[in-house]
Amino acid sequence: MERAGFFSTLIWVLKRDLLVAMRRRGDLAATLFFFVMVASLFPMGVGPEPQMLRIMAPGIVWVAALLASTLSLNRLFASDYADGTLEQMLLSPEPLSLLVIGKMLAHWLISGLPLVLISPLIALQFDQPVESYGAMLLALLLGTPLLSLIGGIGAALTLGIRGSGVLTTLLVLPLYVPVLIFGSSAISTSASGMDISGQLSVLAALLLLGLAATPWAISTALRIAVE
Amino acid sequence: MLEAHNLQCSRGGHRLFSGKSFKLDPGTLAWIRGRNGSGKTTLLRTISGLSPVDEGEVRWRGRNIRKHADEFRRELMFMGHAVALKEDLSPLENLRILMQIAGRAISAPAALSALAAVGLKGREHLPVKYLSQGQKRRVHMARLRLSRDCPLWLLDEPLTALDAEGVAALQGLLEEYLRKSGIVVMTSHQEINIESVQSLHVQLPA
Repeated sequence: MERAGFFSTLIWVLKRDLLVAMRRRGDLAATLFFFVMVASLFPMGVGPEPQMLRIMAPGIVWVAALLASTLSLNRLFASDYADGTLEQMLLSPEPLSLLVIGKMLAHWLISGLPLVLISPLIALQFDQPVESYGAMLLALLLGTPLLSLIGGIGAALTLGIRGSGVLTTLLVLPLYVPVLIFGSSAISTSASGMDISGQLSVLAALLLLGLAATPWAISTALRIAVE
Repeated sequence: MLEAHNLQCSRGGHRLFSGKSFKLDPGTLAWIRGRNGSGKTTLLRTISGLSPVDEGEVRWRGRNIRKHADEFRRELMFMGHAVALKEDLSPLENLRILMQIAGRAISAPAALSALAAVGLKGREHLPVKYLSQGQKRRVHMARLRLSRDCPLWLLDEPLTALDAEGVAALQGLLEEYLRKSGIVVMTSHQEINIESVQSLHVQLPA
C-alpha cells in the first residue's frame, strides 16, 4: 500500500463520477435533449422569420445552455451527501478543493462538453454564418466550465435544504449573467465579421478567476453543509 | 494518543452532552453507549472533526485535530452510518475509490483479495445496488482489512445488518487490530464481545 498522490486522487474522483454517469446515461441524455428542445422552441414561439432568428440565435444558444446546465446541479453533491461519500471526501487527507476540482471537471465533461459539441446543430437550425461557428465553439468552451464552477457554489450552498432545486437555480442564474453577456456577444460579433478577442479574453479571465476561487468556496460550503 | 477534553456538543440548539473527557491509548477499544438520540453519532463525528464542538477540544498525539486536520485525517479511518457506496459501481470500484480518497492507493489484486476475504468472492463486479445491506457492510469490512495500518478507527454501528458469521469476522478483525495497538471508537446497540487490552465505556446521558 502506498500513499496516494493528490493528483491521482483527483483523477479517481473524476473517474468515479464519469463511471457513475456512464451507467446512468438517461441523465446525460436529458441535459442534451433539454438544450436542443429549449433552443428549438424559440422559432415556434417568435415565428419563422429568418432575419430575426439569425439575430436572436447567439442569445438563444446561451440561454438554452444556461438552463440546461442548471438541470444537473441538484445531483452534483446531493447524491454524495445522501450516500455518505461526501463525509469520506471531507475526511480525506488530500485537500478538499482538489477533490472538488475533480468533481467539477466531471460535471463539465458530462453536462457542458456535450452542449458544446451539439451547438453547431443549433447554429445550423438558426442559419448562422459558417464563419461564426468557430467563435461559438470557442466561447462555449470557455463559458461552459464557468457555468459548472458557478453552479457548484450554488449546489454546495443549498445542500441539505429541502426543495433546494429551485433555490439553486435562483441563486445561480444571476451569477451566470456575465457569461451570458460576453458569450453571446462573442457569437454575434463574429457573425458580423468583427474581431472577438476582447470577449474571449474576458471569458478566459473569468474562467481563470473561477478556477482559482470557486473550488475553495465550494469546499467551505460543503464543510458547513455536513456539520 | 486520542484525548477528548471537556467536550460539549449540541444539535439544533439542543444540548446533547457536556463535560465529556476521556483518553485512549494504543490498543484501547472505546465503546460509546447511550439511548437513541443521546448523541452517539454526534460524538463520533465530533471526534472525526466533521462536526464542530461547542466547547472543549479533541487532541490526537497531543495536537488539536481541527488545527492539524491533514495529519490527523491521514491516520483516521471513519466508517459512518451511511454506507458511502455508489449504487452503480461495483464493490471493487467502490473499495478502490474509498481507499484512494482516504489517501491510500491500492492495487486491483489487493482489493480483490480483501473482498474475497470478507465473503464477496464472485460479486466483485456486480453493481452495489444488487447487494444486500449486509453485503454492503462487508465491503466496508474489506476496507477495514486494508486499513489495518491506520492507527485510529471510528466505527458508527459497524454491526448493523451483519449476520452471525459477519459479526464473528468483524470481531476477529477488531481483536487482531487492537492487539496490534490500534485504537477503536465505536457505537453499537448490539452486544459484541471483543477481547482487548483495555476497554472503556463512554456512557452518554439520556
